[in-house]
Amino acid sequence: MTVAAPPVVALGELLRSMADDEFVIGFSDSEWTGIAPILEEDVAMSSLAQDELGHAAALYGLLGGLLGEDPDALAYDRPPGAYRHCRLLDHGRGDWAMTIARRFLYDSADAVRLEALAGGSWPPLSDLVGKLVREERYHRMHAEAWLTRLARGGGEARTRLLVAMRTLQSDAATVFTPLPEEAALVDAGILAARMPELERRWRAAIGPALADLGLPMPPPATQPERGRLDHGAPFRWLWGEFTSVRRSEPGVAW
Amino acid sequence: MRAAAVRAVNERAVRGALAEVADPEIPVVSIVDLGLVEEVDVAADAIRVVLLPTFVGCPALELIRSAVETRLGDFHRRLDVRFEYRVPWTSDRITDAGRRKLRAAGFAPPGAVVLGAPVRVQLGAPQPCPHCGSVRTVLESAFGPTQCRAIYHCTACRQPFEAFKPV
Repeated sequence: MTVAAPPVVALGELLRSMADDEFVIGFSDSEWTGIAPILEEDVAMSSLAQDELGHAAALYGLLGGLLGEDPDALAYDRPPGAYRHCRLLDHGRGDWAMTIARRFLYDSADAVRLEALAGGSWPPLSDLVGKLVREERYHRMHAEAWLTRLARGGGEARTRLLVAMRTLQSDAATVFTPLPEEAALVDAGILAARMPELERRWRAAIGPALADLGLPMPPPATQPERGRLDHGAPFRWLWGEFTSVRRSEPGVAW
Repeated sequence: MRAAAVRAVNERAVRGALAEVADPEIPVVSIVDLGLVEEVDVAADAIRVVLLPTFVGCPALELIRSAVETRLGDFHRRLDVRFEYRVPWTSDRITDAGRRKLRAAGFAPPGAVVLGAPVRVQLGAPQPCPHCGSVRTVLESAFGPTQCRAIYHCTACRQPFEAFKPV
């Protein structure tokens, strides 16, 4: 069977956005290694981070193959302004409530995105997605369990969770920022629906849980077209961290 | 020179050699026991092996690849050892022999994967303790020392144990 050539520009934008999302949340999670509230969470956050960085490496591998570029260079050698992760991931590590709120919002959105890519017409991506969904189930379980625990815990736990949800809410929907030329992905059968429709599915999916826990449904993004641009100071700090070793000896083989 | 080098190279011999390659993280089982070997293709001048990663971010993948290349080096053929995702590896692929070896080493083998079911229900179901066989066990954490393992506690023999996650 021959596979039709994919729309390279649109596919590149999709892979870059997904890889950058997984890369950035993976590094944010890894900041908890050694300082999580309990030992089990030290292990859990380290394991989640390892999963996400592994997913990013696989996605950068696909992007590198598509563009003829080195996956490591894509991951580490771009200036901060060239990353295309969503602004939901741009708020710094924050406290534990912030980490759980971010993970819940991102994991639930990522699940909708992966579902829209499963069975797609470009096998390198749809094959990988078939594997990712099996792993991401554990991430969602973790985020939902902690969201419930903090929301029902009352007192400081609930107060901090509400502060975190308020801080993140205007950027929550940025996972679904429309991608350049994304209609070509739908036409090619790579993506099941465009981003506004995926955002609608995400809201339908998280609505019952948020209502049950008395948590607010995030509003639409304030600047939907800039949801993967304008990364601020917290990301520039994180970028400085995750590129520091690479920049210390440019070009060396590790 | 090892016997394999002078025998005719066929798929059976290659699969036999792969059965001697231990998993780097749980060395009591081989990559064949874990169901990592998807395809073995023996041509006149080359051997192609397709392996399935257990987890996408598994840090042992390169170790496994080099262990396979070293072991198959005895056959003196060009080697093409690759990881692919076209079939997702699932814990259902662990063989019966692999499950016995895991249990004997103190790891509870995974239950069958039910993709539509909530993962917390599946993980939360009591796993038989590999030490004493009791089902009076509780899940301590879904995340263990490697990506593929969860941690349980047996309230009968009061021992912690690890279980392979259903994925």
